[in-house]
Amino acid sequence: MPQLFPRRANALPILSLVGALVGGVATVGFVWYYFSPEYTDVGYAPEQPVPYSHRLHAGELGLDCRYCHTNVEMTAEANLPPTETCMNCHAQVQTEALSLQPVRKSWAEDMPVEWIKVNFLPDYVHFSHAAHVNNGVGCETCHGRVDLMDVVFQPEPLSMGWCLDCHRNPEEQLRPDEAVTLMGYEHPADFMERNAERIEREGIQPPVNCSACHY
Amino acid sequence: MLMKRRGTVLVFAVFLLASCRGTTHEHTPIHPNLNMDYQERFDPQEANAFFADGRSMRPPVPGTVARGFLHEDTRFHEGRNADGSYVEAMPIPLTIELLEYGQTRYDIFCTPCHGAAGDGGGIITTGDFGYTPATTYHNDRLREETDGYLYDVIANGVRTMPGYAHQIPVADRWAIVAYVRALQRSQYASESDVPAVLLDDIRRGAGAGENE
Repeated sequence: MPQLFPRRANALPILSLVGALVGGVATVGFVWYYFSPEYTDVGYAPEQPVPYSHRLHAGELGLDCRYCHTNVEMTAEANLPPTETCMNCHAQVQTEALSLQPVRKSWAEDMPVEWIKVNFLPDYVHFSHAAHVNNGVGCETCHGRVDLMDVVFQPEPLSMGWCLDCHRNPEEQLRPDEAVTLMGYEHPADFMERNAERIEREGIQPPVNCSACHY
Repeated sequence: MLMKRRGTVLVFAVFLLASCRGTTHEHTPIHPNLNMDYQERFDPQEANAFFADGRSMRPPVPGTVARGFLHEDTRFHEGRNADGSYVEAMPIPLTIELLEYGQTRYDIFCTPCHGAAGDGGGIITTGDFGYTPATTYHNDRLREETDGYLYDVIANGVRTMPGYAHQIPVADRWAIVAYVRALQRSQYASESDVPAVLLDDIRRGAGAGENE
């Protein structure tokens, strides 16, 4: 009776074990790296209808964030400025610039500029800007150094895990109220103690339950 | 045909996977399950193809009044008395909190042109952008103007200055008026405005309060 399996089949158990191990690790690593919002979402920088530069306006001219994003302290929604805000200055500044043509057109025709949203949250998440800004979460913490961005990109994953990291340890991120819109803020050495004290004093309780964001 | 499509998919996959974490890219973030990401409703500032202007936010009909927004008190909401003249003094009590709040609002909305000291030395007017220079607050005309006039300028603009009604809420405008008044005093103070305790320090040439 001939042998059912040839001699080289002896290598099969070893090979399949090694293959399973290596393949498993490779698959986990691949998914961990490429399927994470850290990879899929971070760095999204679409081309906008107007080549607006935050580096020029917020960085070099030193405009406060709230000059344009006026509702950020009052409502859940941090508004994009209407064309009217652009025309505060650009009715007189750079009136001939080609790059500003869509803004002038929008102003003349009463049509909106079709900006593209960068930091997108799914519609089943409810985020309030006011709740965070009024409790000492700085713009920079979530949106990065916007004053250095020529084109706005998404610097953080905005994933649920990333949100909860901060809701579980808020003292690592909070800053004083007057530094909320400051870019390049550096924490003092004892900021953890200060923040812990503030959280105690003001009764800041970052929610970690479903109803807080998912209703 | 099939081969061509497979090639496209492959190229696309390579393009997606070629970058590292944290590099900027122009393709929309990949969300595998889009079931409820974009729901059948309109959030503020979203697009709505139904309307000619593509806006989901519809401007209200002129002349309509929302509940709780009947601006009965013209002194507060317009800075004018019933006969249409400007109110002399602010219709809300002046507190140190209001002044400090006014300072934050002033720094956000006014400093770009008027400067932190209110002398018209903001970056937009001094930075050679071709903007009409802002008036300094420190002249007799503006010192003698009523609070209501300052409020009206913030709300509706004056000459080349646009109105800020859409950016600054009513209460905040009064806070800014209070702070502008404080700025004017700061550049036009007499000896009698300084507490006697500090006067000696200043006379000796030291900074106020150094010897306390």
